[in-house]
Amino acid sequence: MEIDRKVLQKIAHLARLEFDQNSEKQMIASLSEILDWVDKLNEVDTTNVEPLTNMSHESNVLREDIAQEPLDHERGLKNAPQRDADYFRVPKVLE
Amino acid sequence: MKKYTSYFQIREDIEKGITSCQKLVNYYLKNIHAKKHLNCFLEVYRDEALARAEQIDQKLTRGQAGRLAGMVIALKDVLCYKDHALQAGSKILQGFESQFTATAVQRLLDEDVIIIGRNNCDEFAMGSSCENSAYGPVLNDLDHERVPGGSSGGAAVAVQTDMCLVSLGTDTGGSVRQPASFCGIVGLKPTYSRISRYGLLAYASSFDIIGIFSHCVKDCALVLEIIAGNDEFDSTVSQKEVPSYSTDLNYSGKAKIAYIKETLVNHGLNSEVKNKTLEKLDFLSHQGHTVEAVDFPLLDYVLPTYYILTTAEASSNLSRYDGVKYGYRSSNGHNLESMYKKTRSEGFGEEVIRRIMLGTFVLSANYYDAYYTKAQKVRRLIKEKTKKLLSHYDFIMLPTSPTTAFKLGEHTSNPLEMYLADLFTVQASVAGIPSISIPNGLDSNGMPIGLQIMADDFQEANLLAFSKYIMDN
Repeated sequence: MEIDRKVLQKIAHLARLEFDQNSEKQMIASLSEILDWVDKLNEVDTTNVEPLTNMSHESNVLREDIAQEPLDHERGLKNAPQRDADYFRVPKVLE
Repeated sequence: MKKYTSYFQIREDIEKGITSCQKLVNYYLKNIHAKKHLNCFLEVYRDEALARAEQIDQKLTRGQAGRLAGMVIALKDVLCYKDHALQAGSKILQGFESQFTATAVQRLLDEDVIIIGRNNCDEFAMGSSCENSAYGPVLNDLDHERVPGGSSGGAAVAVQTDMCLVSLGTDTGGSVRQPASFCGIVGLKPTYSRISRYGLLAYASSFDIIGIFSHCVKDCALVLEIIAGNDEFDSTVSQKEVPSYSTDLNYSGKAKIAYIKETLVNHGLNSEVKNKTLEKLDFLSHQGHTVEAVDFPLLDYVLPTYYILTTAEASSNLSRYDGVKYGYRSSNGHNLESMYKKTRSEGFGEEVIRRIMLGTFVLSANYYDAYYTKAQKVRRLIKEKTKKLLSHYDFIMLPTSPTTAFKLGEHTSNPLEMYLADLFTVQASVAGIPSISIPNGLDSNGMPIGLQIMADDFQEANLLAFSKYIMDN
């Protein structure tokens, strides 16, 4: 599978990443090579095989929902790159 | 001080007055200092470990100490320890401090372990050589030009070089077993869901599990029985009762062992690794165990399946690192979206970016069925076929890695070459079954070779007992 520049840009946007010209070229080459390699899976006949979507041995193990404060406000904000007294601060969302 | 390779020796010597927690911590600190150049610790909790050692020595005197008093451990840089820095080997978590303690870590603390520091690793556990850390590569103590394996390489070297007795790593596709093999120690990946992952930074959630490094099987068994089991903070952890692995390590009877033909005719397999594996199989056969060759034609498809699924899960799990709530934030963004993009592009290393891109691609609308769903189907086949083998055999044995520790830089130019280092470890990860790497001699360069043993789901007791039997004989 060959990745072109357009596909790379689209994927990069979805992943919220960006590339300069040089790294873009390298990433295209590297992804194309890996995708060629994983294309090998097409050799395996999976007709009538259901996808395996859950590895847990038990599902829906629920506990009582007890109200508690696992993380207080100040502790929650302690790692913020930018904050005010109550909130995380981010750059302007609307221009 | 003598080198201890067993917690039970330590505890005995503490009781005899030969050693103490304080002596042990000082000894390990000295080793850490002397071998700083290996770069296996990102942080050493010197004062804290000494203070805790004093407290636990007092508890020991009073006869009130926990089951792990005198055990000094280290943690891979992906496990939360409250109010301690955590970076996952990444620049994007610069300045981050854990707000709570991982369940597995807390259970060890409750039994009086002493945590001596935090170990370097491949960024977000993505790598097989410990060369992907933003904080520089880790070196193998047996040959400084060689890698310790990855991604839990720092935690492996810490045990290898006697900087602590035991360490916790994580194993998504071999990240505990492969470094254990490269460093000549024991590395266990338990059954998927055996240990709570609360407080473990997620990489690929249908694969990730905490693993244990030690010198002897018994220490591994003891730590496992303490950290395994249900946890109200992790809905994916198994509720199954935890056996007392450490007191049940006598293997009696004859085992039925399968080895996969395809693993031993693989062109990437080093001949010395192959011969040591065959010698061990031969030995077991002479001891009266059944050893049979079996086919596993899906072997070639295990790695591609693994890479599609883990990168998909990683792209989702790592979306949380966006510069808003914690860690690094780029100052070059002019609005929210460009802040996200700049932060992530500047904060993540190359391999992490590659995996996020690959994962986003295989999950994107046009390619989802062709890649992601296809891999989930092949995963089912691999799991079923592996489980079928394990319904006829007690264990499957194979080399842990096709080679011994390779040189730094040997595979860094081509990601695919690096991925092949995981060829033999990913099967257990894809199938979710327990697997262990134990030392199996040295190659002609003096580098350790690992023997990998896989067992069926939740058969850790049997697996550990059989591993001990092999190591003792």
